[in-house]
Amino acid sequence: MSALANRGESALPAPDGRVFSLDLWWLPRALVLGLVAFAIFGPLANLLLWTVAERWYFPNTLPLEYGFSYWAKVFSPRGVAWESLGTSILIALLTVLFALALAIPAGYALGRLKLPARSLILLVFLIPQAFPNLPVYVNIARFFYDVGLNGTIAGVVLVHVTHGLVFAVWIATAAFAAVDAELEEAARSMGAGALRAFRDVTLPLAMPGLMASGIFVFLESLDEFTGSFFVGAPDVTTLPLLLYTAGAGGNYQGASITALLLLVPSIAFMLVVERFLRADVLARIGH
Amino acid sequence: MTDAAFLAVSDVTVGYAGTTVLDRLSLGVDRGEFVALLGSSGCGKTTLLRTIAGFNTPRSGSLTLAGRDITRAAPDRRGMAMVFQSYALWPHMTVAQNIGYGLKLRKAPRSDIAARVDEIASMLGLSGLQARKPGQLSGGQRQRVALGRALAVEPEILLLDEPLSNLDARVRLGVRHEIRALQKRLGITAIHVTHDREEAMVMADRIVILDRGRIAQEGSPEEVYNRPASPFVAAFMGAENVVSLEGSVDGDRIAIAAGPHNRPATIARETRALATGRFQARFRTEAAELLPAPPRPAFGDQADKASDDGALRLRGTVCQTSYPGGVWRHVVAIGAAEVSVDADQPVEPGTDVVLRVPSSALFLFDAPEDGAEQVSRAAA
Repeated sequence: MSALANRGESALPAPDGRVFSLDLWWLPRALVLGLVAFAIFGPLANLLLWTVAERWYFPNTLPLEYGFSYWAKVFSPRGVAWESLGTSILIALLTVLFALALAIPAGYALGRLKLPARSLILLVFLIPQAFPNLPVYVNIARFFYDVGLNGTIAGVVLVHVTHGLVFAVWIATAAFAAVDAELEEAARSMGAGALRAFRDVTLPLAMPGLMASGIFVFLESLDEFTGSFFVGAPDVTTLPLLLYTAGAGGNYQGASITALLLLVPSIAFMLVVERFLRADVLARIGH
Repeated sequence: MTDAAFLAVSDVTVGYAGTTVLDRLSLGVDRGEFVALLGSSGCGKTTLLRTIAGFNTPRSGSLTLAGRDITRAAPDRRGMAMVFQSYALWPHMTVAQNIGYGLKLRKAPRSDIAARVDEIASMLGLSGLQARKPGQLSGGQRQRVALGRALAVEPEILLLDEPLSNLDARVRLGVRHEIRALQKRLGITAIHVTHDREEAMVMADRIVILDRGRIAQEGSPEEVYNRPASPFVAAFMGAENVVSLEGSVDGDRIAIAAGPHNRPATIARETRALATGRFQARFRTEAAELLPAPPRPAFGDQADKASDDGALRLRGTVCQTSYPGGVWRHVVAIGAAEVSVDADQPVEPGTDVVLRVPSSALFLFDAPEDGAEQVSRAAA
């Protein structure tokens, strides 16, 4: 209350020290904030309602009956939710491992390059994103079918890696570029070989950025649908595929509960990223 | 010297993408010697140091350390330790970890590392700071940690890349002497890069002055200060007053002809390399004596034969007087040229004066074809 009042420009302290003034700016501000909140949380609220709705149909604004029977169904021992959650996490972890195994050396090399060359190569990494996803994945699926990767976890991981590598390399490059080359030279000068200097100095200093890179790849993999659908379905069922099946079958409760499951790691990791990623690393992305 | 030198740099050429930074440079450093590489920015001194350290590979030429060819050896296999201008301390390690890192690499027992770190910390006045991270230290303390980290591994050669340039002036003066004393006490060979003339003079056994990728002159501080081999070195060592003269060389005497602003003089040639013709004369602000001008006729014909005491006498007019502290500084116009001269007593602007420059403080060079002014500017 007093914090709000203090913003008033013509605020005059009364003799007893309290401030009497009304800041009229809070009205439009509150309105805009409310709208933004609605745009963000409206759909989420709807999703939350669906997870506990037993019966809900048009033209009713709110569910007619509340309950957790769908939760029980989704998480029942015979339900597919647990299995697809496990599959999704396994795929995401493998994708992170694979993507980082490529992104760490690539990012290190790119991070040590001079600027114009670095930007150019990073731009090249973006080119795959310029093509429409669907035809690309259809073709990948066709090719994977020929080599026997279709419907395997390895196949889905590969697709997810191609998708996540751009982010992984970009962020890793920024992370390594933020580590002064002289710090590594100092280690060399003290007698550390190239690998040792990298392990002791460059890698720990780039670690927050690399963690962020890994988290982005993890989340991308967890959410990825198109590639998983063409390459994995129906043998490999990830959470988004389960969500799609449930939603397409009119099972909004099942879809909403799955979506909620997907939301948990996203929010958790976003909080972690926010803590770990330093501003100077973020500032170097794409530079 | 180069044959028996502890570290020998022979005919080394270094360049980056099309430009040549070091041009067939040779340098020998003896064991236990403190060598300063002195030059203005862009002269190649840091490149030379980085080449010695192994961070640059020469295009041609070779480097040997105690008879061993190290031209292509990795930086970690040269037995050298470098102190960087930025200090390059590892921010994720404590002071103790920074200093002990080299010993850890050498697989020293943990107790030995701790003992050595404590010893170095107390030697450098860092006791009690071992558990801090570099971010929590002052500039001077960081500089000491960087030095301690390099000393901990007892390198064969200590390489110092302008380690004092980021310190404020008062700290810097003290650290100069500390580093020098430490180097002498430990008997380390050191190569120190700097652009600060005084720093090089105070710290080094031998100064190597670099100019555009070549060695302009090398010698003891006293040598390069008193017997500069070129106008560039003279200017760099502070002889920034330039006057143009005519004269002839005759055996071991140099006869300076009378000019519009100077009396004739005959001085000993000593080690000066000169040819008859136009000279460029250089002298320091404090080297000239400011005398009252004799009345006009005295500077005429009969004076030509008189008082030839091995010094150059220049006639000019004081045009500015200031007090920078200690002595009065005068800007004196000699024809079109302006020179600075110190004197104990102020002289009013507008006064005609005679400058007396003794032979020992007068540096004479053959006048360059052009660009004499550029040389003095570059060194300023």
